[in-house]
Amino acid sequence: MDKTILPLHVADLTFSVGGANLIDGISFALEAGPRTIVLGPNGAGKSLLLRLCHGLIKPSSGEVTWKGANGSDPARHQAMVFQRPVMLRRTVSANVEYALGLRGISHSDRREKIDEVLSRTGLQKFARTPARVLSFGEQQKLALARAWALNPQVLFLDEPTASLDPAGTRAVEQIIAAIHKGGTKIVMTTHDLGQARRLGDEILFLHQGKLIEKTEAQSFFERPASNLGQAFLNGDLLW
Amino acid sequence: MSDFAAAFSNAVSLIVELDAGLAEIVLLSLRVSMSAVFIATLIGLPLGAATAMFRFPGRMSIVVVLNAMMGLPPVVVGLVVYLLLSRAGPFGVMGLLFTPAAMIIAQTVLIFPIIAALTRQVVEDLWEEYAEQLRSLGATPARAMPTLLWDARFSLLTTILAGFGRASAEVGAVMIVGGNIDHVTRVMTTAIALEVSKGDLALALGLGMILISLSLGVTGAAFVMREAARG
Repeated sequence: MDKTILPLHVADLTFSVGGANLIDGISFALEAGPRTIVLGPNGAGKSLLLRLCHGLIKPSSGEVTWKGANGSDPARHQAMVFQRPVMLRRTVSANVEYALGLRGISHSDRREKIDEVLSRTGLQKFARTPARVLSFGEQQKLALARAWALNPQVLFLDEPTASLDPAGTRAVEQIIAAIHKGGTKIVMTTHDLGQARRLGDEILFLHQGKLIEKTEAQSFFERPASNLGQAFLNGDLLW
Repeated sequence: MSDFAAAFSNAVSLIVELDAGLAEIVLLSLRVSMSAVFIATLIGLPLGAATAMFRFPGRMSIVVVLNAMMGLPPVVVGLVVYLLLSRAGPFGVMGLLFTPAAMIIAQTVLIFPIIAALTRQVVEDLWEEYAEQLRSLGATPARAMPTLLWDARFSLLTTILAGFGRASAEVGAVMIVGGNIDHVTRVMTTAIALEVSKGDLALALGLGMILISLSLGVTGAAFVMREAARG
């Protein structure tokens, strides 16, 4: 893997629509390594924060800086998996190949990469199946395989299991763990506390567009530094 | 009722005997309309996709004009193309008036707005669904355009068929710029108009039945292709 684009520095990040600050002056830094879980009730701005960091939307003010990028294009080293997987109308393996093609991977190297990620995600038997025919859970696995094939240094995941059943959720969590084991930084939103406990090394807790605390996961769940964090863990904080 | 019976037997015998004059008319009709559909698709797909995906000055005006042009009266298109191609017109030196080329030009003008406007709608909806994922993967809008056109292929086939339907059915434009000259620019619709005015309703109805059958055949073939491709 190339030299890492991390750490990610976010400084005074604000995103507003019609005068309302949906993301309100957030600052933090993310290092390579620990899995970061962005936690918060509905409407806290979790998805927006991910999109801002990934560069899909432009902040109203503030900065997102990849300190390690050193002039190289940081977008090439990131990937994102969305809550609703977007499947191209082509076969499963062609969906992965398309992504590899966009990153300029040569034809000869694509085949091997496709086989590798499809077998790792258990989709090998669907390689020639039209992607849109797959079940929702399998589509989400394919979205992960497609992102994995790109060997990203940072993988953003926006509520990747929000629409899945428990079995699908477990499969997706296992894939995320395997991707992390390969050295990829995981940044993931969830509103599922159990999942945050299982996958999180550190927690970014958001409420109404503000970063309330950034805490190591175990201490967040044992004794959150903020009253809002405590209320959220107790299930008293609905939005 | 006797007209219909006569028309039917007339049509059948024309087809069975492979009447050379009829074959010539049918082939020219297909050549003109299919060429027009081909050219209009080449213009309409990228134009429609571009107005769906890019924000540029004048975009709204193009969208409104394209939508309005979907309902262009064929005779008016014929008249304008006639004026442009006539001896005194700006393109008169090319000597295209009263040739199949003029008819192809007129039908292209008539149907490219339909293909472009419907393409815009289809691609705009798909782009809304795909935009974040494709940008995340690293696709520029220019790179995403062929992807969207390919992924919208089933809807776009219907769009192109709508263009073909309009081209093969219209009579006003080809009549004016083609002149309905026997063995040169006579197509099915102009032939039907002529036979009606001559009073040969049976032949006109026979031709009409062949035209409708052709139209059904093309649409049916496209449908079969589409279903086969879907798998």
